[in-house]
Amino acid sequence: MNITVCIKRTPDTETRIRVAQDGVGIDSTGVKYIMSPYDEMAVEAALRTRESLGAGEVEVLTLGEDGSVETLRAGLAMGADRATLLRGAATMDGLATARTLQAELGGREVGLILFGVKAADDDQQQVGPMTATLLGLPCVTAVADFEVQDGAVRCRREVEGGTEVVEVPTPAVLTVTKGAFEPRYASLKGIMAAKRKPLEEKPAEAAESRLTVRVLEPPPQRPAGRVVGEGADAVPELVRLLREEAKVL
Amino acid sequence: MSNILAVVEQRDGQVRGVGREVLSAAAAAAESLGAAADALLLGERAAADAAALGHYGAGTVKLALHPGLGAYSPERYARVVADVVTAGGYGAVFFGATAQGKDLAPRVAALLDVPLASDVTGIDAEDGQLVFIRPVYAGKAFARVVSEGAVAAASLRPNVFAPAERAGAGSVEEVPVTLPDGPTSRVVDFEAAGGTLDVSEASVIVSGGRGMKGPENWHLLEAVRDAVGSDVAALGASRAVVDAGWRPHGEQVGQTGKTVSPKLYMAMAISGAIQHLAGMRTSQTIVAVNKDPDAPIFGVADYGIVGDVQEVLPRLAEEIRALKARG
Repeated sequence: MNITVCIKRTPDTETRIRVAQDGVGIDSTGVKYIMSPYDEMAVEAALRTRESLGAGEVEVLTLGEDGSVETLRAGLAMGADRATLLRGAATMDGLATARTLQAELGGREVGLILFGVKAADDDQQQVGPMTATLLGLPCVTAVADFEVQDGAVRCRREVEGGTEVVEVPTPAVLTVTKGAFEPRYASLKGIMAAKRKPLEEKPAEAAESRLTVRVLEPPPQRPAGRVVGEGADAVPELVRLLREEAKVL
Repeated sequence: MSNILAVVEQRDGQVRGVGREVLSAAAAAAESLGAAADALLLGERAAADAAALGHYGAGTVKLALHPGLGAYSPERYARVVADVVTAGGYGAVFFGATAQGKDLAPRVAALLDVPLASDVTGIDAEDGQLVFIRPVYAGKAFARVVSEGAVAAASLRPNVFAPAERAGAGSVEEVPVTLPDGPTSRVVDFEAAGGTLDVSEASVIVSGGRGMKGPENWHLLEAVRDAVGSDVAALGASRAVVDAGWRPHGEQVGQTGKTVSPKLYMAMAISGAIQHLAGMRTSQTIVAVNKDPDAPIFGVADYGIVGDVQEVLPRLAEEIRALKARG
């Protein structure tokens, strides 16, 4: 069974974010870019599935520009078989991205299409289920663990108040969250091998973005707080403040 | 602009609190645009308190009732919501950004062929158009976005929009339901998490970090949670704690966990890594307890205590219990 993992290049989650001069984007000076952490888990999930089935290819696919080649190579270094760069700009409009993916993936024979549950930049949490809806495929979101058996995928997903086990037939779209798929580190051998693996580039089927960022701004500053005191003796005063001043207890 | 539809979740025969939040936000947004808001509930039966949504600004409470809608089914729910939006000629549709809403809203948006603003924390009206304010980079920046779609679709972060009662009673109306073929997904099992409240639903979060020293000390946090009340309070955790395997990922707050906005966030022995701060800085009130007076968490905390959580936490549980006992 072939698996395509849709990944994205995002700023490292430890990076400080500054708004760029244009007021709608971020200043990329000094920003370290990585594969979005949940996408790494999705790659890991794909590799383990290939390993357990003992057959099939894993492809990493992204919509992006030059910098995304590095992200695809990181996926290849982890163990993916081939990579595809859809050259174009990803915007905050997840439906535009989903349209681009629909154009690329529709008509292909893929058993599973995996996404990270959300990208660490826009946090929209939508491209996976949108792509599935456009392709007419079943989709399970926020999957912490899954296994493929007899033309079906059995997924464990975290929901409010518990864990749900959901079964869907393949082909299917899954979005992967933290759980069973702790991403492996690429070995030196993997990194060397990645350089020789096929990486195809093609222009993305562009879809119009209809979600426009008017302004990007830093988070509202929180008013300066205060240290109530030291140690357990400060607790009664803290509780009094929470009740009488903040009115939250 | 045309009217706004608020998709309201029900659970165990009751309207969920987040449903009143979404409806109240829809009613306020509609009012600023000279339009009206309606509510939509899906299920096998209507929640006992469905009609009362009229008091939260619903002109009409629409009920999509069908035996096939008893349990949440993504494909069915998405089709029914999209049909109601289209049939009603709505200009906007709002969801709660809950586990269910995050799963449902993108599918509805795709069926309607409109963009979606997810996890919105503020709504403005500018020049007759809705502007959605949403955190990006897990809250390290906020974007003001507008949708050029025929329907402005948004999911709203729980605990951010206050439920507000309004004059008027609203009418209740059943809408026709046509289910799509399928569904293709089937829930085969459900394990309840011991009845504890999810961190994303709690109005008070008691979070522990690496400075808790080990999972065996979590009873100290549980005691504070129980003193506040386990019906409103939940436990949270930092990434370090989850990565160390002390606590499940479902409790993780931060950029690679959940982004939360409770009334009260208590950060216990959490130093305040940037990706953790990103996940909780929109909380209404933040309390930090840490041994290190220079810990970054004190930079966002409204109230801090410099001290050892092993001593502070038992006293905190005791004082909160005493406070509750006094009423």
